[in-house]
Amino acid sequence: MNWNSFGEFLHMSGYGPYVWGSYGVFALFIVVEWVQLSRRRKDIIARIKRMARMERGD
Amino acid sequence: MSILSKEFWLQFSSPKTFYPVAGRMIPWFAGGAILLTLVGLYIGLLAAPTDFQQGDAYRIIYIHVPAAWMSMFIYIVMSVYAGMGLVLNARLSNMMATALAPTGAMFAFLALWTGALWGRPTWGAYWVWDARLTSQLILLFLYLGYIALQAAIDDPRRAYRASAVLALVGVINVPIIYFSVQWWNTLHQGSSINISQAPKMASIMLTTMLIMSLAAWLYAIAIALFRVRVIILERERHSDWVRDLVGARP
Repeated sequence: MNWNSFGEFLHMSGYGPYVWGSYGVFALFIVVEWVQLSRRRKDIIARIKRMARMERGD
Repeated sequence: MSILSKEFWLQFSSPKTFYPVAGRMIPWFAGGAILLTLVGLYIGLLAAPTDFQQGDAYRIIYIHVPAAWMSMFIYIVMSVYAGMGLVLNARLSNMMATALAPTGAMFAFLALWTGALWGRPTWGAYWVWDARLTSQLILLFLYLGYIALQAAIDDPRRAYRASAVLALVGVINVPIIYFSVQWWNTLHQGSSINISQAPKMASIMLTTMLIMSLAAWLYAIAIALFRVRVIILERERHSDWVRDLVGARP
């Protein structure tokens, strides 16, 4: 282990904002990509069901 | 089913048969990506020592290099799919190309973003107009242009054709990015890993970078398969098999 305390880990010997700004935005993009895609999937499935119901006329 | 049989390969060619296959593949790639990311993050952020020249800012390269590699690699794969779609008129190829573009754009942006945050403490500037950075920015614009062009044309077949041409023309930019550090006098350093020479970096750093790169690879495959499944549902929404699949038929 390279760090003596959690504070030291966050501080990254003074480069904290750069390091965490990189890792944080990276993680955020990946999370957003999955969430957005899951929502898009849910939307299209709901739409297909709606279309089928309308065509059946109920 | 034998890997040598025609049926095995045919399931990768039509949206209907590929849909369930892709669904079964996603957990493996996603699981592998998560596992390797955890290992890579542990070594990269906790175990690996501080670099004696760059301090801890160097830890950014563990995600910067994989993002940059993936942005170039995905572009090539996307262009191959787009080219196959153009020549063979294969629907699934076009869909795969479309599914790869947003993830490629994301990696292109993240390469620039992490590069900027690494460049500021290391070079003293977030951005310089050197050949490597500029050609990487062009790669991001090529991805965005590809996505925008597809969105702008209503007829899907015309949209696929026009965007495929754009993707193929843009391939020329990938070797330019890759060799830019050799062809021009760039501020960006040359590659630390080269097939013809021993790597110019400590082995723990190299190992971590390769683990993170493999993680990014598996992630890209998983998310592209996920997106292509959604695209298949959207494009084939009028077909009976899709309706059966989502339980929309009595």
